[in-house]
Amino acid sequence: MNNFVILPILIPLLAAVALIFMNKRIMLTRVFSAAASVLAIVISGILVQTVFTKGVQTLNLGGWKAPYGIVLAADQFASLLVLTTAVIGLLIVLYSYRSIGEKRERSFYYSGVQFLLAGVSGAFLTGDLFNMYVFFELLLIASYMLIVLGGTKIQLRESLKYIVFNIVSSALFVIGVGFLYAVTGTLNMADLSVKISESGQTGLITVIGVLFLIVFGLKGGIFPFYFWLPGSYYAPPTAIAALFGALLTKVGLYAITRVFTLIFIHDTQFTHQLMMWLAALTILFGVIGSIAYSDVMKIVIYNIITAVGVILFGIAVNTPASIQGAIYYLIHDMLIKGALFMLAGTLITLTGTASLHKMSGLIKRYPVLGWMFLISAVSLAGIPPFSGFVGKFKIVEGGFAQGEFVISILVLLSSLLVLYSVLKIFMYAFWGEEKETPNQEKRTAKGLLYPAAVFLLLSLLFGLGTEYVSPYVNQAAETLLNPEKYIEAVLKE
Amino acid sequence: MNQEKTNDMILQTVTKLVSFIILLFSFYLFLSGHNAPGGGFVGGLITSSSIVLLLLAYDLKTVKAILPVNFIYVAGMGLLIAILTGAGAFVFGAPFLSHTFGYFHLPFLGKTELATATLFDLGVYLVVVGVTMTIIQTIGEEE
Repeated sequence: MNNFVILPILIPLLAAVALIFMNKRIMLTRVFSAAASVLAIVISGILVQTVFTKGVQTLNLGGWKAPYGIVLAADQFASLLVLTTAVIGLLIVLYSYRSIGEKRERSFYYSGVQFLLAGVSGAFLTGDLFNMYVFFELLLIASYMLIVLGGTKIQLRESLKYIVFNIVSSALFVIGVGFLYAVTGTLNMADLSVKISESGQTGLITVIGVLFLIVFGLKGGIFPFYFWLPGSYYAPPTAIAALFGALLTKVGLYAITRVFTLIFIHDTQFTHQLMMWLAALTILFGVIGSIAYSDVMKIVIYNIITAVGVILFGIAVNTPASIQGAIYYLIHDMLIKGALFMLAGTLITLTGTASLHKMSGLIKRYPVLGWMFLISAVSLAGIPPFSGFVGKFKIVEGGFAQGEFVISILVLLSSLLVLYSVLKIFMYAFWGEEKETPNQEKRTAKGLLYPAAVFLLLSLLFGLGTEYVSPYVNQAAETLLNPEKYIEAVLKE
Repeated sequence: MNQEKTNDMILQTVTKLVSFIILLFSFYLFLSGHNAPGGGFVGGLITSSSIVLLLLAYDLKTVKAILPVNFIYVAGMGLLIAILTGAGAFVFGAPFLSHTFGYFHLPFLGKTELATATLFDLGVYLVVVGVTMTIIQTIGEEE
């Protein structure tokens, strides 16, 4: 019993409710939501440290024992992601001050953000499959509200698609949970793992596993199911797109990781092979998209898909090195996508256009923005001192060790093309002659750059301080590779 | 509204009577949830249905004059009550959402079982009423 585990969910939830009441006073909502996020960061930091020293922390909600009640379980993987979520939450709130506009702020904007953060943290921490579904709905409903908030034409159109696809995938999620409950008679993830290893993973359970892969693939933007993503992420304002890009697809990936390292682990031949090829195709289509477009936002969005593929490959290979790599890359990608979205959004606000061909020579007027963009570009591609390197290195190492040469080489080649796609933005927008775009505003980028700078700083520290981060990541990977630890912590006594 | 003004006397008179019966029924369902079908969700829905009946018989302005509350705050209040009932367990060193009950001698009712789960249900009830009424009022107001 440890009530501490609920706090990363409870703080944003309470803040979201409190923000409903102070909706009319914008300054108050700004300060309050930032303060709540700072508190959430502190609490999640303490949680990470507690899990590091004392092992998996669990909380039986309402005092009911594990297979019967809902249990929250914080292993190191979940705790690290909760901490990253809290950091992203704070920076998005800070970025919103200057960019989101008073009209949206008056319409319960900060409340929506905090509800979304509560849903994401809940999905990371829960140890019960149906409870995970409920937290998915919490974060999705908050995201529906955020994607449509403001009501411009493109938002209305894209939010309709987004909502339809997510309702379909949620319905499939419930159907999957129903099947699994019919077969095993339990929904607690640790108990499911025990029951399935007792009865053996039959063909039926593998089919359910693939159904879950489809469900989480729809949420996470994996190859045949990513078609809703580019349009939907293009519609909302930058702050919201950054929040989605940094968090939402990663929740799908987290769920895939959790389910395929804890529950469906006895017939890896089929499921993991399938995941590997889906990962390869995801990477392929991601890089094709990011090379094809000359629209700043579209390039960044397709880079999300590539990264999802790389992480999925790391999970599918399922060796210690590749799982560690996947965790490094997941955290790195959450930070760097936040930074990239903010920088791309700032670029669009400054030039008044998203098309690369209409901007050039910005480095003279905005040198800081330019250099920050370059750093985030090389970091995204995985150049050694920066944060993307360790993760990709370990994933490829694991891939080669397992004899998956083709896809590992594809991962390496994808880095090149990712670098090309982001440097294309840098070269077109920042080099060359200064050119006046029709509605260019001569404004400074100051207020918009601080949050992105913090993201970059954290990402840099994450890359340079791998020594300090690695014990935590190793512990996270160890729990994922040995599900007995998780099961023991949840079903103890 | 260019619609002719009609005389809704029968509808309005029946509504005056029936809406109170519906309210009473919803209150009964809300309280009986622990040992019989019912609870916060269905109780809240039926309470809002009685307000919707008022809306049908009269109009938005009249109902706003009878019930001068912002239903968004009602929903917020409900959420707050539900969360704080769960968090109240912290004070007693119990896990989040732990509930307790006790037997009390109340005037008129005698020995009664009072459970903190009812407070959580009250939260659910308020959220349901708040959300339903917000939806209906917002759609009703749009021109």
